[in-house]
Amino acid sequence: MSALPNETKGTPGAAAAPMISVRGLTKAIGPQEILRGVDLDVAKGETLVIIGRSGGGKSVLLKHLVGLMQPDAGEIWIEGENIIGLSERKLAAIRRKVGILFQGGALFDSMTVEENIAFPLREAGERDPRVIRQKVDEMLEVIELEGQHDKMPVNLSGGMKKRVGLARSIIRRPSCVLYDEPTAGLDPVVSDSINHLIRRLQKRFHVTSIVVTHDMKSAFHIADHIDYLHEGRIYFHGTSAELQRSPDPLLQDFLLGRSEASAPPEERTNPEAVVASARA
Amino acid sequence: MSRLFIAIGAAVIRMITYLGELVVLAGETFASIVLQKIRWRLFMNQIVEIGLRSQLVVVITGAFTGAVFAAQTFFQFNKLGMGSAVGAVVSVSIMRELGPVLTALMVTGRVGASMSAEIGTMKVTEQIDALRALAVHPTDYLVVPRVLAMMISMPLLVAECIGVGIAAGYFVSVGLLEVNGPYYVANMVRWTGMRDIIMGLSKAACFALLIVFISCHKGLTSREGAVGVGQATTEAVVNASLAVLIFNFFLTMMLNIIFPAGYQ
Ligand SMILES: Nc1ncnc2c1ncn2[C@@H]1O[C@H](COP(=O)(O)OP(=O)(O)OP(=O)(O)O)[C@@H](O)[C@H]1O
Ligand SMILES: [Mg+2]
Repeated sequence: MSALPNETKGTPGAAAAPMISVRGLTKAIGPQEILRGVDLDVAKGETLVIIGRSGGGKSVLLKHLVGLMQPDAGEIWIEGENIIGLSERKLAAIRRKVGILFQGGALFDSMTVEENIAFPLREAGERDPRVIRQKVDEMLEVIELEGQHDKMPVNLSGGMKKRVGLARSIIRRPSCVLYDEPTAGLDPVVSDSINHLIRRLQKRFHVTSIVVTHDMKSAFHIADHIDYLHEGRIYFHGTSAELQRSPDPLLQDFLLGRSEASAPPEERTNPEAVVASARA
Repeated sequence: MSRLFIAIGAAVIRMITYLGELVVLAGETFASIVLQKIRWRLFMNQIVEIGLRSQLVVVITGAFTGAVFAAQTFFQFNKLGMGSAVGAVVSVSIMRELGPVLTALMVTGRVGASMSAEIGTMKVTEQIDALRALAVHPTDYLVVPRVLAMMISMPLLVAECIGVGIAAGYFVSVGLLEVNGPYYVANMVRWTGMRDIIMGLSKAACFALLIVFISCHKGLTSREGAVGVGQATTEAVVNASLAVLIFNFFLTMMLNIIFPAGYQ
């Protein structure tokens, strides 16, 4: 982690065709305008990290990208297809390409860990119990929950649920995965292995990823680009290095975890301090 | 005055929207049954849940309804010296009305409530979103197995309720109240026909659809939180029970044209 993260990854030339583009996405729920014109592009094989304040609409944005919520206006293009207004059955084809990890895991609580992870395989028509068992074992090893096949979701900790949800969303190797806070609530060691997993999927299988996270260390670790969602729009788009160098006080406050109440004004103008502390 | 009209209008619109949603759900379900693959394993689970686990409730309902109905009828008829006609009255009314309606009400309380609570909980814990995100249509996965299982189970449960009710009626009349057994049976067979059985089972199938669609719909549209699920469950039970009672009247009127009651 000593080199600048964006020097070590991202295949050049892969940026040509966008996997996902969003244009002018707006969404209000009741009186509250949550998204007010979001534009973003994710190239094939790229990892985009979305950061932003809690309650800023990151989870809502991800749900729009797989058609779980319908926007009030705007377009969402996935591999050249506009998914707005597609019927639930047509969206199924998109959803086989784009997996999503929910913020709360969203495990099926009537099924065991094994059944949860195997669910996408069974739905895809896999019948051979040995194949299923072997793939599930493989996934359990990846998420470091070996031998927990028969536990029920109610008996898992928050972090374990999250990892089982992660396994379920990647077991069929979708070409794009949306992660809603994959490392929130995990200990630093497991967080790091999840970060490596995300990068390994990118390197080995050219998986396109969008990662929503509050964990700046993992953001810098995995991001090709970082978007800062602020007041329903993308306020900043750039690489990790650009974000760290940015003199914008709003971004610095976010990186340093400083609320208005605690920020001494002279520190805000010193970008080196921002970079140093974010890496620490 | 205009406020009254607005309130009435709003209620009417809500009602029509609600009925429309139910019809859409039913349409989606039947389209799914025809066009999509059916998950037989889930169907079997539901058969166990609906059919097998309702046994005790249905048997007790049938037995005591048949018994009390036979006793009351006997108390009235015996004054006229028509004690042996009790069998005919009991069997016809249990087949045509009591069996289907009471079974439907018991199944609503047992199965309808659990359907809406289960689906509602899945809704508010994002499990339905997870299904959709995994490219599984909630109608295919949740509604179709329940509808099919209800369609199979309800007629069987109603038949069971009717059978137990008639047996209990016989036991009370002949065993306890000393009606002449062979006369009782002869009268019963003479006044009961295929038409009564068909009527009872047709009602069972209609009630099955009412209960399952109302309950699944309430679950799927449940609002957030424990309160939302609780409300959805209550509303499902109330709406399904009322729908059963109201539909029963119209079904009786309609089916009576096709299968008139009484000896021909
Ligand atoms: N189903 C819903 N109904 C009403 N409001 C909602 C709904 N879902 C989200 N919201 C509102 O939308 C806003 C954005 O929510 P969202 O969950 O997207 O935030 P977030 O950026 O993911 O926050 P966090 O980082 O805490 O997860 C919040 O104010 C929330 O109250
Ligand atoms: Mg969120």
